[in-house]
Amino acid sequence: MTATLLRREPPDSAGASPRKLTERVFRIRESGIIVVLALFVAVTAGIQHRFVSETNIQFVLVNTTIFALLALGETMVVVSRNVDLSVGSVLGMSAYLSADLFGGHHGIPIPVVFIVGLGIGLGWGMVNGLLVAAGRVPSLVVTLATLYIIRGIDILIVGGGMVTANTLPGSFTGIPKATVLGIPYLAIAVAVVIAVGAYYLRSFRSGRELYAIGSNPEAARLAGLPIGRRTLTAFAVSGAIAGIGGVLWAAQYGTVDSTAGTGYELTVITAVVVGGVAIFGGSGSVVGAALGALLLATINSALYVLGISDFWDSAIAGFLLILAITIDRVISVRLTAALRLRSTRRAT
Amino acid sequence: MKLRQTARLTVSVATASLLLAACSSSSSPSSSTTSTPTSSTSGGLKTGLKVFVIPKNLGNSYFTTADSANTGGAIAALDALGETGTETSGTTDTPSSQIPAIQAAISKGANALIISATDPTALCPTLDSAMKKGIVVVTYDSDAPTCRNLFINQATPQGIGDIEVDLLAQQLHDTGEIAIVSASADDTNQNTWIMYMKQELQKYPNMKLVSTVYGNDDTATSTQVTQGLLEQYPNLKGIISPTTVGIAAAAAVLDTAKYRGKVALTGLATPDEMKKYVADGTVKSFALWNPANLGYLAAYAAVELASGKINGTQGQTFTAGKLGSFTIGADMTVLLGPPYVFNASNINNFNF
Amino acid sequence: MPPDADVALGGPGLSGLRARVPWAFRWEAGLALIVVIIGIAATAASPDFLTSNNLFNLGLSNGEIAIMALPMTLIIISGEIDLSVSSTLAMSSCLLGYLWARHWPMIAIFVVIALVGVAAGALNGLLVTRVGLPSLAVTIGTLTLYAGIAEILLGPNTVSNFPSAYTNLGVNAVPFTGNSITYSTAIFVVLAVIFGVVLHATPAGRSIFAMGASPEAALFAGIRVKRIKTMLFIVSGLICAFAGVLYTFRLSTAVANNGAGLELDVIAIVLVGGVSIFGGQGSIPGVVLGVLAFAGIQNALLLTNFNQEASGVVAGGLLLLSVFGRNAGSYARRLREWVQP
Repeated sequence: MTATLLRREPPDSAGASPRKLTERVFRIRESGIIVVLALFVAVTAGIQHRFVSETNIQFVLVNTTIFALLALGETMVVVSRNVDLSVGSVLGMSAYLSADLFGGHHGIPIPVVFIVGLGIGLGWGMVNGLLVAAGRVPSLVVTLATLYIIRGIDILIVGGGMVTANTLPGSFTGIPKATVLGIPYLAIAVAVVIAVGAYYLRSFRSGRELYAIGSNPEAARLAGLPIGRRTLTAFAVSGAIAGIGGVLWAAQYGTVDSTAGTGYELTVITAVVVGGVAIFGGSGSVVGAALGALLLATINSALYVLGISDFWDSAIAGFLLILAITIDRVISVRLTAALRLRSTRRAT
Repeated sequence: MKLRQTARLTVSVATASLLLAACSSSSSPSSSTTSTPTSSTSGGLKTGLKVFVIPKNLGNSYFTTADSANTGGAIAALDALGETGTETSGTTDTPSSQIPAIQAAISKGANALIISATDPTALCPTLDSAMKKGIVVVTYDSDAPTCRNLFINQATPQGIGDIEVDLLAQQLHDTGEIAIVSASADDTNQNTWIMYMKQELQKYPNMKLVSTVYGNDDTATSTQVTQGLLEQYPNLKGIISPTTVGIAAAAAVLDTAKYRGKVALTGLATPDEMKKYVADGTVKSFALWNPANLGYLAAYAAVELASGKINGTQGQTFTAGKLGSFTIGADMTVLLGPPYVFNASNINNFNF
Repeated sequence: MPPDADVALGGPGLSGLRARVPWAFRWEAGLALIVVIIGIAATAASPDFLTSNNLFNLGLSNGEIAIMALPMTLIIISGEIDLSVSSTLAMSSCLLGYLWARHWPMIAIFVVIALVGVAAGALNGLLVTRVGLPSLAVTIGTLTLYAGIAEILLGPNTVSNFPSAYTNLGVNAVPFTGNSITYSTAIFVVLAVIFGVVLHATPAGRSIFAMGASPEAALFAGIRVKRIKTMLFIVSGLICAFAGVLYTFRLSTAVANNGAGLELDVIAIVLVGGVSIFGGQGSIPGVVLGVLAFAGIQNALLLTNFNQEASGVVAGGLLLLSVFGRNAGSYARRLREWVQP
């Protein structure tokens, strides 16, 4: 009797409890962002009720979609202890080259254009992945170099040209504007993609291996995980997503020159870190990253709608980032302590 | 160990030789003074001049049209006059990106510089030293008022300010709230135009300027500031965006059933950018000038100056090839002409 | 470093420059060769390259980046990174403009800027050492935060009415040295010597290498890792604030986007200079050569009629080459292993 009283937890496999604890923490972290988001929206809407008007919500959702997508790819890279700084340049090149197709090939079907964009992104992603995996060169350096190189090639290709809206079919530029029940189709599509991504990372072995590689590369190597292949895949996916993001960019803005996507990598990484992904890998969720992107876009919109000088935008984003990583640090310290306590308790 | 010593020796020798080369060439007269052009022909104008065309940045289609040979821009004029024309600049619209290009042009023996200034004052140290060397400095499109020999203005700032407001007033029937989506807040030409717009607005007491926002000539930022305007001012009836990036972004935002026809848009844009929006009614009319003509005129002015035919005094006249005759105005400025209004009836005649 | 190793390697000498990792010094030699090649190729392509006028311009355009590369070198060798350098520059530039527009005396402005630089660096340092946050994430945050502060200070405005006594930095050469040395070059040379001595000839420098190579071992060896790292960030903040003042006077304009994006150039230069991104390896002479290589190539491209639009490709290519070059030894080894298993 005393034995059963003491043994509250069922003696199942040793991994379940810590896993449940970490999952609970992740969910708390994600709900933390949701709480901040809700508070922020409530306060802003209180001052300016048009902030939550249908059109503005549509604006914010559409503005978020590209960054949320990029955040998905970047999360996969970051949890495996890498970083992809080239996403902005890839997006820019894909935006121009794919949109330019409409001008050169009248009547080209829109899905083909998306595939071209995806292909461009995938190609560069594989270059990054190969350089990092096979070349054993740190991803910070590789993607910094490809950031320069891809943007440089883009500038050479584009020259002084630009793609203007009149060469794009209305069905293409209408993609970001189409709504169902007031919610943009694009936002729903991206939400689905994010959900798929989250499921993959959580429940597929190859997805979970990315976390393992990120949290302890040496152990992963010794355990025989195919690090090279996983790294290559992560970068390939990140690049492919950036490629699709480029096509969406062209659809949203209609006019594309060689500056498209400049600086996006910084925003994406900020979103990802604010969303709870650890910069040195091993933890974090895609949903959190997407919420981080949503939070940043919301703050951005709020500043403009409230008429506060948008010059506060960067300062707030930077402050949020620092706050987020500090909180994450505190949480992870507590979590590690709690896990260690549990495992010693179980041992005795 | 020998390897280490050899390596150390190589490093010191390398650095020393570079420094020696530098010092020795500094004692001899610099070979980078302005090159002497060959004998003059064609109406007293010098030929063989080295002229560098330096737009705000490369990769901007507006400047490519203004500068290129095949659009009839600056380099076309220079070729016709028998000069050597080269387009060069940095890749971002900032002084620190443009200055090295200006310096390189000077080093390469430029006789004349044709520049669209990224900043009214930041280029001055460089431009002043160029002028001291006898290099002709002509600005076009965007001025650096205190450090150039001549400024080629696409239209009087007042003309631009007036036409923008008048075009919008026409569409709004002289009533309503309006806003301005500008580029970067330190843009010389933007701020001058806005000042004249405000003056012209006084003619329309029922039109009110509620806000001026800055899109920094970045598509995404211009989009967001426009969206913010629409939410902040639900009664907004019109937007003026005197910058090609800004108006294209604003047009994309307004190109929905909800805003088309309810919020009018006008500004400065190239015909190609606006063809779609004029066709579907988002934009009724907008203004510009022909950038190629601007570059062409700037080239002629630079060559005239470098040949000593004019010196920037008010009242002097010169001929600019196919564009005809021009008179120098106050503040060493030459005016291209009145702005040109584009609308559905004429937009398809143009391809830039 | 055990004392007998010192003797074995040819006696005590400059740490980091010795053959503790023999190929590290070979890196500087190779880089020196590359710099010479760039110089020769550029001169052949354009007679204007090695003129005093051009070298002067080269110094002008790259002075601040070169100066910022020095503390960055020490930070990366110690195992951290500082991405906030260009934003600190911008913040300092805007502060200069802001206070000058309000008629503060220049000396007071300099003092305030120095304090702000120290504070900026201290924030980075404290977050990294006391809170234990990764410097990559922290400095991405402060990059954004400081850029934001710069924007808040001046908003959309510029300040450009600085007295010519200061703005002549961007026009005049240092007197008595011929016409090719800018003030920023001279300052860079002086700072390079100071940083070089600190890194390679003092115990503090040795500690920096140690903590980059193995943080735990350094801690157990009694090195005050936290204190030194915090100092490094503070020095970086101070130097970048100073670079901001130089930048502003050179352009005679204070505006919020001054220096935007320069951090990537600074890091690229440091990496080309042979500093390992993992920490523990690198040298100041290497970084000086890296400055020459990076700036030399950009300048040479401008002088020849090379399409400037491609300069980004060249910069990225140089960066990749430098890291692959470093790994060449291990590739050769792996290839050998693969060929003869």
